[in-house]
Amino acid sequence: MGSDKLIYLDNNSTTPCDPRAVEAMLPYFHQIPGNAASRNHPFGWQAEEAVDYAREQISNLLAVESKEIIFTSGATEADNLAIKGVFEMYSRKGNHIITLKTEHKAVLDACKKVEKMGGDVTYLDVKRDGLVDLAALEAAITDKTVLISIMWANNETGVIQPMKEIGEICEKHGVLFMSDATQAVGKIKTHPKELGIHLMAFTAHKMYGPKGVGALFVNRKNPRVKVTSQMDGGGHERGMRSGTLNVPGIVGFGKAAEIAMQEMEADAARLSVLRDKLENAFKENLEEVYVNGNVEHRMPHVANISFKHVEGEGLMMTFNQNIAVSSGSACTSASLEPSYVLIALGLGDDLAHSSLRFSLGRFTTEEEIDRTIEMISKGVNHMRDLSPIWEMFKEGIDLDAVEWSEH
Amino acid sequence: MAYSEKLIEHFNHPKNVGTLDKSKNTVGTGLVGAPECGDVMRLQIEVDEESGMIKDAKFKTFGCGSAIASSSLATEWLKGKSIDEALAIDNMAIVEELALPPVKIHCSVLAEDAIKSAIADYKSKNA
Repeated sequence: MGSDKLIYLDNNSTTPCDPRAVEAMLPYFHQIPGNAASRNHPFGWQAEEAVDYAREQISNLLAVESKEIIFTSGATEADNLAIKGVFEMYSRKGNHIITLKTEHKAVLDACKKVEKMGGDVTYLDVKRDGLVDLAALEAAITDKTVLISIMWANNETGVIQPMKEIGEICEKHGVLFMSDATQAVGKIKTHPKELGIHLMAFTAHKMYGPKGVGALFVNRKNPRVKVTSQMDGGGHERGMRSGTLNVPGIVGFGKAAEIAMQEMEADAARLSVLRDKLENAFKENLEEVYVNGNVEHRMPHVANISFKHVEGEGLMMTFNQNIAVSSGSACTSASLEPSYVLIALGLGDDLAHSSLRFSLGRFTTEEEIDRTIEMISKGVNHMRDLSPIWEMFKEGIDLDAVEWSEH
Repeated sequence: MAYSEKLIEHFNHPKNVGTLDKSKNTVGTGLVGAPECGDVMRLQIEVDEESGMIKDAKFKTFGCGSAIASSSLATEWLKGKSIDEALAIDNMAIVEELALPPVKIHCSVLAEDAIKSAIADYKSKNA
């Protein structure tokens, strides 16, 4: 994709829109311009038909009813709608929500808002491999708990949570189960009803669809789940989300879902081979390479790797004219805090600062992986030649015993 | 974030990377920053005993591109300076020379700290 020289391994940030989805969208910008809510003329009917069709394509992918799909502007809005919407709708039942420290900011910040609104939120630690501690989760449930919000797959590490077991705990205690499945939908099987998930947020642009459109699955039967709207107006989407529907975006989203249904298994099989090749090559070429997060329960296209005693952002500068990845180091803020997700896994700040996230995608080729291995191995060696702590480490100095001058 | 050509040049081809013999009385070593902050700079100067001028400077830095370029530039500037002239190097001069963005100003502060720390070490050895 893009320039021949540029290698895109940042698919967890966003995926390129599949050309087949782009093609499906095009007529809906000009030839078919209607508002899906215009009930009294053919322009509106055509738009509504296109939206209904996309809703079918998406519900087929998730094995849910088409009426259970509420379109939003993206996963962030869907997360907000689920969390704040459940909190408001079920306020008579209780005010307690349980989530994880490794959730996406869209969930964590929506929960913080809920706390300001009088809610009580428990942010659970995860185990060192990034998985939820099921016993701690169950123990955190009180008679005030209305919602458990746990992501399907982590954006930074790709770690997949035990959704079935969490669903059983929710069922046992009569608590609603919401999942931010942004990184999982369209890449692995995500059938919420089989696992007792009542609300599920996801977005088109992480599954080769367009940006600016997402959805919330809301279970309609056993139990019938409702959320209060967070966006008020014309009463679209069964009153849960007002606003004119993004018809071209929704059409592209639907097409992306249809393609995913046909191709995600083959994509996953191919990408996991390439991901493993990348990971194994780094381990062979370089010393002190660590893979972060559980490697058994992990998305097939993600690798989060720490190169010890190399600072991630500096390392990125050795190859970022050619390769796009993302770093767990954030040396851009005054606080210099590295990734909170990696810190929650119990990584020391040094390893967190030394991490890179590789997220492969449908358009990644083996040749690109080979070039990535070569360039990044070279970059790590360059940075280690420059690194005083690598030198000290090689001399056998105990870095934990050094008195650093923190700044 | 687009970096200046000078910064990228210092990052890709850093000047004066290396290690001086820190046991020598003519060498001053400054080690500043901390791994958990994402920046560690080690800057060393070697002072000519007769002239009192800095005749060599070396560094190694664990950090982002701006931190590496700041320390590379600092070693360039140190060579040929007297101790007093070296103490007068201000972090804002590094910011200007490399066109550091505001979020990276701390890298220049760290380089200034490293210079001062290396000089303090040299002075304590030769007090």
